[in-house]
Amino acid sequence: MANVEIAQERTPKPSKVPDNYPIIRVRDVWVSFSDHPVLKGLDLDVKKGEILGFVGASGGGKSVLLRSIIGLVQKQKGTIEVFGRDLDRLSEQERQAIERRWGVLFQHGALFSSLTVRQNIQFPLREYLDLSERLMDEIAIAKLEMVGLPAFVAEKYPSQLSGGMIKRAALARALVLDPEIVFLDEPTSGLDPISAGEFDDLIKALQQTLGLTVFMVTHDLDSLHSACDRIAALADGKIIATGPIGDMLKSDHPWLRAYFHGKRASSRLNGKKT
Amino acid sequence: MAAQAVSLSQKEEAGKLMLSAAGRWISSFAGQAEHLVTELERKRSKSKSIAIDVSHIEQLDTTGAWLLERMRRDFEDKGASAEIVGLNPRYKILLDEVQQTNTGKHTEEHDDPNPVVGTLSLLGEMAVSFAKDTGEFVQFLGAAVVSFFRVLVRPWTFRFTSIVHQMDRVGFRSVPIIVLILFLIGAILAQQGIFHFRKFGAETYVVDMVGVLVLREVGVLITSIMLAGRSGSAYTAELGSMKMREEVDALRVMGRDPMEILILPRMIALIIALPLLTFIGSMSALFGGMMIAWLYGGFAPEIFMDRLRDAISSSTFWVGMIKAPFMGAVIGLVACVEGFRVQGSAESLGEHTTASVVKSIFLVIVLDGAFAIFFASIDW
Repeated sequence: MANVEIAQERTPKPSKVPDNYPIIRVRDVWVSFSDHPVLKGLDLDVKKGEILGFVGASGGGKSVLLRSIIGLVQKQKGTIEVFGRDLDRLSEQERQAIERRWGVLFQHGALFSSLTVRQNIQFPLREYLDLSERLMDEIAIAKLEMVGLPAFVAEKYPSQLSGGMIKRAALARALVLDPEIVFLDEPTSGLDPISAGEFDDLIKALQQTLGLTVFMVTHDLDSLHSACDRIAALADGKIIATGPIGDMLKSDHPWLRAYFHGKRASSRLNGKKT
Repeated sequence: MAAQAVSLSQKEEAGKLMLSAAGRWISSFAGQAEHLVTELERKRSKSKSIAIDVSHIEQLDTTGAWLLERMRRDFEDKGASAEIVGLNPRYKILLDEVQQTNTGKHTEEHDDPNPVVGTLSLLGEMAVSFAKDTGEFVQFLGAAVVSFFRVLVRPWTFRFTSIVHQMDRVGFRSVPIIVLILFLIGAILAQQGIFHFRKFGAETYVVDMVGVLVLREVGVLITSIMLAGRSGSAYTAELGSMKMREEVDALRVMGRDPMEILILPRMIALIIALPLLTFIGSMSALFGGMMIAWLYGGFAPEIFMDRLRDAISSSTFWVGMIKAPFMGAVIGLVACVEGFRVQGSAESLGEHTTASVVKSIFLVIVLDGAFAIFFASIDW
């Protein structure tokens, strides 16, 4: 049965990497744009199965790190390992195999505007797998409903959707191959608090069911409190602190104090107490 | 051969059908798993009670969970009771999620209509859209003229800088290509003329032909077509992407008329630039013709100039020049209308840019025909 062999070959091999080895390991990464350094020797570990919230000032290089991990931005120095493999030392094929194991939700969704939502979600399925139309339709609808959109949205074009719907549809596309890591670039920005809360719950549920590792760039303090297992803070091109939200709140670092004890943050904390 | 990654075995036990799923029910093997499931769905089972044992499943993802759920639903639809047993607790949430999906009726695909009906309806749609086009062009032209008069009444709102910028883009920067193309066309016309007229010993008439043809028709037509392709398409793409990103709406809510800010400077720039380019282009074509007449036909430039002076009158020159601003207006109008018609998608942007170039070239030629009739009847 040739089919089986093809399928086998495409499947990620179980890695020989020990379980406690970080799923993403970033070491001494330097990225600069026209002599202006953005990341200056950044180190970061993401553990398997956790939701890591990544915070930092606007324009501070959060998205740059995300994009250099997924290979959209060229780094000048340093190593990035994902699933225990150094991304610089991969053949084209190995790289594709790794790219299939992660999903990316871009800040503005990045749905293909000339395809319907259903075709958008089915795009990775169509590219990588050989499935019947019926199953692809069912998977698309299932994913759509899992991210909280009604089935009729499937036949709409991205330009006919609201911002929140685009984000959800884009998440459905990012998740359609059941990746092991999802990268989320400000997933809850532009959503109303109820939708944002649902989005956090959704991410949490998916993490628990699929053993998903989530790398989330966010500014949403509620997401940081309710969804993230650990938080990494970026300032001046380096990670200044990592740890659960409790540690962040206790930290004395001036930037962290300003971030987590600023006016918006403290009104939230106070509101919770009363 | 590699081992089966997924399997689905069955056994009957006291009227109860026991299905046992095992292996890796994940999207990479979904093709295989689906095959097993459809195979089973096709077979009619008499059992009224089915248990799907999933305790041997090593790995499960959404696709696999959906296939299990689909199998269960299929049995229930046939009137049996089916349940999934032995589920690893860590997959429980996943299966619960999947059970809530795909509950609606599967929407039927539209089947293709009758080809005759299809062609007829396409023809009808084209006729309607042609009528709509005409209406919209007229309306747009009206709006442009109104805003032009509004600017005339309040000259301080006139966007001089913007017009200069647009003229630099569509006018000044088009000079090299227009000069080059028309030089070549003038040269080709002269060469062909000399080659064919030589048979009748009428080579000198090539000057008449090149002079009249270039000044009356070719100069303005080629310039218009070049600008439709070069600047009309740029206008459409620009305005279209501005519309897509709500920039046009932003102008509107800030109390500024997009017509005045975006359309008018572009149209005025084209209306001014096209006659200038036509003039430069025509001169270049005549120069090209003269060069070929000298090198290939053997008459000196002085002779060419003399003949030219006899062959053409000022009306020949003006016929071409009068047409130019109208051509510019048509190109600008079509480009802006199409730009504002762009809807959200990238595909739509491409569609309207194409439409803009095709329609403006078509209209330029139609307009040229209308002018030919007009000038013939006033005897110019």
